[in-house]
Amino acid sequence: MFDNFDFDVIRRSLGYLFIDGMTFTLTLTVLGALGGLIFGTLLALMRLSGMKLLGRFAGLYVDLMRSLPLVLVIFWFYFLVPYIGQWLTGSSRPIRVGAFASCLITFILFEAAYFSEIMRAGIQSISRGQPAAAQALGLTYRQTMRYVVLPQAFRNMLPVLLTQTIVLFQDTSLVYVLSIPDFLGAASKVAQRDGRLVEMYLFAAAVYFTISCFASYGVRRLQARIAIVR
Amino acid sequence: MNYHWNWHIFFEPAPNGSGTYLDMLLSGLVLTIKTALAAWIIALVLGSIVGVMRTLPSRIASAIGFCYVEFFRNMPLLVQLFLWFFVLPELLPRAVGLWMKQLPNAPFYTAAIGIGLFMSVRVAEQLRAGIGSLPRGQRMAGTALGLTTLQVYRYVLLPMAFRIIMPPLTSEFLSTIKNTSVAITIGLIELTGEARAMQEFSFQVFEAFTGATVLYLLINVVVVVAMRFIERTVAVPGYITGK
Repeated sequence: MFDNFDFDVIRRSLGYLFIDGMTFTLTLTVLGALGGLIFGTLLALMRLSGMKLLGRFAGLYVDLMRSLPLVLVIFWFYFLVPYIGQWLTGSSRPIRVGAFASCLITFILFEAAYFSEIMRAGIQSISRGQPAAAQALGLTYRQTMRYVVLPQAFRNMLPVLLTQTIVLFQDTSLVYVLSIPDFLGAASKVAQRDGRLVEMYLFAAAVYFTISCFASYGVRRLQARIAIVR
Repeated sequence: MNYHWNWHIFFEPAPNGSGTYLDMLLSGLVLTIKTALAAWIIALVLGSIVGVMRTLPSRIASAIGFCYVEFFRNMPLLVQLFLWFFVLPELLPRAVGLWMKQLPNAPFYTAAIGIGLFMSVRVAEQLRAGIGSLPRGQRMAGTALGLTTLQVYRYVLLPMAFRIIMPPLTSEFLSTIKNTSVAITIGLIELTGEARAMQEFSFQVFEAFTGATVLYLLINVVVVVAMRFIERTVAVPGYITGK
């Protein structure tokens, strides 16, 4: 079964896989998570703001994103972003957007919907006395959120946010549908060039598995530590 | 914007001879639903077995359940589909591998089984949480009545656990539907795939994707409404989801 395995193909392509592919994947994951968290928190604040129109808009956005498959959303933005760019810059034709920028915008906007639901749960888990006390101290709404509510919500939800980031890390592999060389895309390129599908896909699977395993182990440790403090 | 909108495109004939572009999208919709249902059945059956195994008193059973969950949870779905579709036939004996490659509808079977296995882990975790949320006394009372382990699960724990986890199962089913779109990478032309094909044939990018988006929203609404009804019917009185 493993007789005609060529492990050398993995060794030969390690540089391409990790320096090009994994860097793309990890950068996309980290920036996507940060951007998604910021935009998601804004969405959550909009929903909890008590302003009907804002809340309705944020709710619609979140529901729309959550009911569409990521693959479709990736296609949407891949074609839409050049037109949005044209509209924003006022140029006469759709602007060229790089693969990375297009993917990053997609993931930020898509993951924001999921992060906003997590942050909303986090904000709602803060006891009412906290914002009330902040208000009694004379803090403005902005200060209450900035110094009292959001830090606690963020802290409480940290394990969930990190778990969602691991999901995001796995989901970045879907940029494969645009033939972009992320880690899986790079592995698949080498696999098809050298006719070594079995070795490359098994290797890619092993790498994703190891990283996700360690990451979720770390999240579990963190969760245990936070649980003691609270 | 100098994009040329043409909403009539849906009623124009598609070049692949299957009728209009709308027919194309609808046939994709049917395939999406078929794949999702097949995958969901696999996910429910395997997920229930593994979820129960993780709550059994037997150490070995829960260790096997743990390994199963970790295995399928820590790889992207796309990679798993590639493993089943490209790698598995090569690792099996030649004859079996050849048979698998020549199967008609191979992408459909691979997608149904691959997505089914991927989602079974989620079902298993939900069921484990559901069983874990029951008071310890339930299991003890069952045992004290002289029920065997099998009977305790069959008559006491599972009927309650399944009713409690109905709402999260709804969202897992919705994820299953959405995940079928990943199978586009192994050549399954489901709804997203048909939209992509329509875009390539007609160059009407945004109409094609809008069509697919509307259809996905429609499935979501139908599933959510149907499941609300079921959830309300089976909700356990006195629990959060019940009255």
